[in-house]
Amino acid sequence: MINRNFRTDPATGLVFHETAEKLIRANAVAAVVSLLVGGILAFFVIMTRWPAVHLLPADWFYLVLTAHGVDMLVLWIIFFEIAVLYFAGCVLLKCRLAAPKWAWTGFWLMVIGGIMNNVAVFRGDSSVMFTSYVPMGAHPAFYLGLILFAVGALIGCFVFLGSLVVAKSEKTYNGSLPLVTFGAVVACIIAVFTIASGAIILIPTFLWSVGLIPTIDSLMYKTVWWAFGHSSQQINVSAHVAIWYAIAAIVFGAKPMSEKVSRGAFLLYIFFLQLASAHHLLSDPGLTSNWKIFNTSYAMYLAVLASMVHGLTVPGAIEVAQRQKGYNRGLFEWLRKAPWGNPVFSGMFISLVGFGFLGGISGVMMGTEQLNLIIHNTIYVPGHFHATVVVGTTLAFMAMTYFLIPTLFRREIMFPKLAKWQPYLFGLGMSGFALFMMGAGTLGVPRRHWDMTFAGNPLGYEFAGTAYLMMGLTAICGLIAIIGGGAYLLITVGSVFFGKKIDVPEYRTLTLREGAAPRPVRQPVAVAIGAHHGNIGIAGFVAPGTFTLAMVFLVAFVLYYFVNWKYLSTVWPLS
Amino acid sequence: MNDKVAPNLLGTIEDDELDEPIPAMQQLLDNPFLLLFIGVAMPTVLYVIWGVMEIVSIPMAK
Repeated sequence: MINRNFRTDPATGLVFHETAEKLIRANAVAAVVSLLVGGILAFFVIMTRWPAVHLLPADWFYLVLTAHGVDMLVLWIIFFEIAVLYFAGCVLLKCRLAAPKWAWTGFWLMVIGGIMNNVAVFRGDSSVMFTSYVPMGAHPAFYLGLILFAVGALIGCFVFLGSLVVAKSEKTYNGSLPLVTFGAVVACIIAVFTIASGAIILIPTFLWSVGLIPTIDSLMYKTVWWAFGHSSQQINVSAHVAIWYAIAAIVFGAKPMSEKVSRGAFLLYIFFLQLASAHHLLSDPGLTSNWKIFNTSYAMYLAVLASMVHGLTVPGAIEVAQRQKGYNRGLFEWLRKAPWGNPVFSGMFISLVGFGFLGGISGVMMGTEQLNLIIHNTIYVPGHFHATVVVGTTLAFMAMTYFLIPTLFRREIMFPKLAKWQPYLFGLGMSGFALFMMGAGTLGVPRRHWDMTFAGNPLGYEFAGTAYLMMGLTAICGLIAIIGGGAYLLITVGSVFFGKKIDVPEYRTLTLREGAAPRPVRQPVAVAIGAHHGNIGIAGFVAPGTFTLAMVFLVAFVLYYFVNWKYLSTVWPLS
Repeated sequence: MNDKVAPNLLGTIEDDELDEPIPAMQQLLDNPFLLLFIGVAMPTVLYVIWGVMEIVSIPMAK
């Protein structure tokens, strides 16, 4: 029998289907548990890579780094993304979840796979890093755990797509999908490609680990694996951009400046975003420059263009909404008067700025074949992806959590003063962490390496003192970010389990007719235009502050790009 | 159900244009399964198949 129990949140008007709500909660809780484990491991990674401390022995360092990578880049992110998919599908479309039994099967497969992979790593014989490049071999449970997790996530994606079909057939919405749901569809599409690529390479690798396949070609492995490894981080981009739009609407009542442009940008993600995986192979022999340049420079720049469009339209929409509320003076009154004490907004805005300035610009630099030579396999690479995945995605997810605790978990947020400061602690700490890692990487400090002094090695290398300074600053900023992450865990876990309950109306069964969306009222065009922007802005620009910020971004982008070409000319003299 | 709240989250591109013909681009954007096909086919051809073909065409060492 189909469960048609729904409840309406009185504060927001959002409509929760009973099964969808339970699954969103379950996935969010699993995500936060993964974040807790990954965060504890982050402390040990930081304290070991800090040359002045150098905490763990080599074997423990590689074990801890492997588990940190899997728990953060796979478990935390994808559990939360499945929660986002169900939220953007069922809650925003006010529809029931399709195939609840399959959804729970997928969830438990993900849980079992995640635990199996972690057990394999903590046994001590699977310290192969997140990338698990062959011919380094891990315990078969390492690969099997990842495969089970991926299958579970794939089921979650198809349950989400099924829910879209349910919503359309039961007419719970009219017209096109809402923009936030559309962003979730894009994340889901990228996830399907990602998981399929993971299956293509991890299933044979699992068979190799149990002795059924004699060998796996290392370049073939790397090429296909990165279609999984990097694309999995592109799911994040689409998901957190969808969350930016959602938060702009939730906090400010902002409408996108142009839905068509925003949807067009998401379409560019579908076409091109996943090709950027190739930048991991820019220094590998065997693949031609045609393949490398098309997949990075040619195609990736179109995906970058899409990110810049989102980076312009989200703050632009906020600026327009603020100016319409009367914050219309000068270039930045709308920004000064924004609710900086609300962690939903501050987390989202720091995520947006950090993702663009730190993660975006450095990503384009890395995707340029020649410039990639400067930083390939240095600690610059984790610097870049901590800016994108942690400042960008994780902070956006954290910001969304502050909205979900009262609406989804029906609890008041505990430690509200700490919650005000948490996005700043985490976001600014992690921004410094990423920035200083990129600085150390530019000086050549290797990634994943236990000891940058190379003590006792026959072929040692003496880094400049600045490199050690950069690594020390990286560690200090990392510790600040860990305190911020700990505060997030304290607030979320405390609120969900011990927070004051919010009384809301319980579920009631809705008939199909009750659940159908009413037909929207047609508005006269002149009224619609007037209501859209009104008399705001400066000199014909409705969002001049955002335009100015975009110009600052462009100048930073051009300067950084130029500086790296200049730097390349000094490390690679041609005359 | 309550339709008053979060209207901008739930608002759609064509709320006030339902009686007009739907443009081709919007029909593409409204079809998640067509987008799924494109989103899987494009990187599969341009990244995976092209990349794998280049690797298998590397001559074996003698």
